[in-house]
Amino acid sequence: MEIPDGPTFKSSRSRDAITFELAGRWTIGASAALEDGARAVFAEASKVRRAVLDLGAVAALDTAGAWLIDKTRRELAAAGVEARLERVRPEYGILLEEAHYRQFEAPSGKRRLYAAVLLADIGESVVSFGKDVLAGVSFLGEVVASLLGTIIAPLRFRAISLVFHIEQIGFRSVPIIGLINFLVGCIVAQQGIFQLQRFGASTFAVDLIGILVLRELGVLLTSIMIAGRSGSAVTAEIGSMKMREEIDALKVMGLRPVEVLIVPRILALVISLPLLTFIADMAALFGGLLVAWGYGGINPAAFMARLQSAIGENTFLVGIIKAPFMALVIGIIASMEGLAVAGSAESLGRRVTASVVKSIFMVIVLDGFFAVFFAGIRY
Amino acid sequence: MHEASAATAPGRGGRDLAISVRDLVVGFGDTLVVRGLDLDVYRGEVLGFVGGSGTGKSVLTRTILGLERKRSGRIEVFGEDLDKASAADHARIERRMGVMFQQGALFSNLTVKQNIQVPMREHLRLSPRFADELAMLKLALVGLDLDAADKLPAQLSGGMIKRAALARALALDPELVFLDEPTSGLDPIGAADFDELIATLQKTLGLTVFMVTHDLDSIYAICDRVAALAEGKVIAAGPISTLLASDHPWVHAYFHGTRARRFQDVQ
Repeated sequence: MEIPDGPTFKSSRSRDAITFELAGRWTIGASAALEDGARAVFAEASKVRRAVLDLGAVAALDTAGAWLIDKTRRELAAAGVEARLERVRPEYGILLEEAHYRQFEAPSGKRRLYAAVLLADIGESVVSFGKDVLAGVSFLGEVVASLLGTIIAPLRFRAISLVFHIEQIGFRSVPIIGLINFLVGCIVAQQGIFQLQRFGASTFAVDLIGILVLRELGVLLTSIMIAGRSGSAVTAEIGSMKMREEIDALKVMGLRPVEVLIVPRILALVISLPLLTFIADMAALFGGLLVAWGYGGINPAAFMARLQSAIGENTFLVGIIKAPFMALVIGIIASMEGLAVAGSAESLGRRVTASVVKSIFMVIVLDGFFAVFFAGIRY
Repeated sequence: MHEASAATAPGRGGRDLAISVRDLVVGFGDTLVVRGLDLDVYRGEVLGFVGGSGTGKSVLTRTILGLERKRSGRIEVFGEDLDKASAADHARIERRMGVMFQQGALFSNLTVKQNIQVPMREHLRLSPRFADELAMLKLALVGLDLDAADKLPAQLSGGMIKRAALARALALDPELVFLDEPTSGLDPIGAADFDELIATLQKTLGLTVFMVTHDLDSIYAICDRVAALAEGKVIAAGPISTLLASDHPWVHAYFHGTRARRFQDVQ
């Protein structure tokens, strides 16, 4: 029963009255033609005193058509035209009743000055950053308190969970951490040799690799990688548990979520990150050695000798000391973001993104503070 | 179109069919979920579709909607064989159907009003004002507060999400509406309201309603016919009296169980 006809009407005038015989399909499928039809009826009818809308030949009517017909009738009435519907089939009558025209108030969205909104946004984000820092410190306190609690009552310590997370966060990251640091070692060596060649100082590339990798690059790359790989996983795990009320379930069972979920993860991060940093350092140095040998003509024995004179124990320690702090920052941010997840999946997605961005940002800021600190104590 | 078998449509062969499914087989891997299923849905009726968990109610619905592939069989919607229909025919048929998913499936980054307008914007050319008015009209039809128009789905309660989802399903004034467990997760008052809403809309808009449900209240309140699914087939279909008389163990347990007993007086 496909009737392709759009909404049509025929008008006939008699003295001061006009009769519109509506026909065809007055349904939403007609799209713009529906609105045009109603507008044409209104335009023609507004010139006379009385109008009759005859629905006898309407083939199909839906809520959209009923709405427009009723709206036209009322608008005509408002314009002083006596409008009337005729030959309305009972089912259309119900429709017209149900979808009768009513004025919908436009939502009163107060328009504010753009500059004011901008300033307010900036202010808001500054305040929220301050709150984040405060919340972070208080969360750190909670984690430390919980850790101390497990020292007093070691039976509450969750060793299995800790080992599991060390495997997830530490062990399973070894290949990717080794690989990217190996590649970065290669690149630094190649660039170092290439640039220093011009001054006839290509052997200093070994100093460059040794100091740069051990002090900064190894720990920084590892932290950034772990923030992206494990920080996001921690946020997602804790966040989805929060979403499904699993955290609340833990609470009502008398367990402490911080102790059960967060301490093992943060501890696993703090243990894993220095180990991974060590692997990263070795991988990068190995990459540097290979490139120095193949590209710079520095044989491994010369490389090692040069490296020994360039770096000391302190060079290595500067990098490694930073690692647990980086881990702590990543763990705290990831857990807090996870716990901040609200009921919806979008909120989980947003929190995971925020977790990664904030941890990487804080890792780099922290690295800056360490650089100033170590320069200050001349280490 | 009038070949309705006696088993699924006792004495109603003359009425227009909205959906006709014959010998449908759907499976995943080695397991067949739907095994040779026949089903008819007549125009203008409310068909309740019941079945135990995991018997393939959702799979059948999704197959009719074209979201799952069938192994064999024939599905006709509005008398058109979906296998033979061209892409344009499919688009035309889909515009005549509205679907309300169980969890609402409202687009989470759009407001309720924008959600309702998605199909309008996609398929029609309407002036913004008319589109707004229509969206508000749909909200009024499903009994939602007009304040909800500019809210995001995350800000709505469960019942409001169901209503908003129904409003979106009705956006293009479809002839056939699929409802997937419309009253699940609603409190009894909300569920009863929703039943009444569906009945009212069905009467005023002349809808055909295909409703997957577990809710005995809904079945007794608004369904013209009920089809029961078990073992991958429709094992009984017809008015509630037919199902009450069925001696299939599952149907018997469903309609004569402790939860169903309070309806015995009604009969």
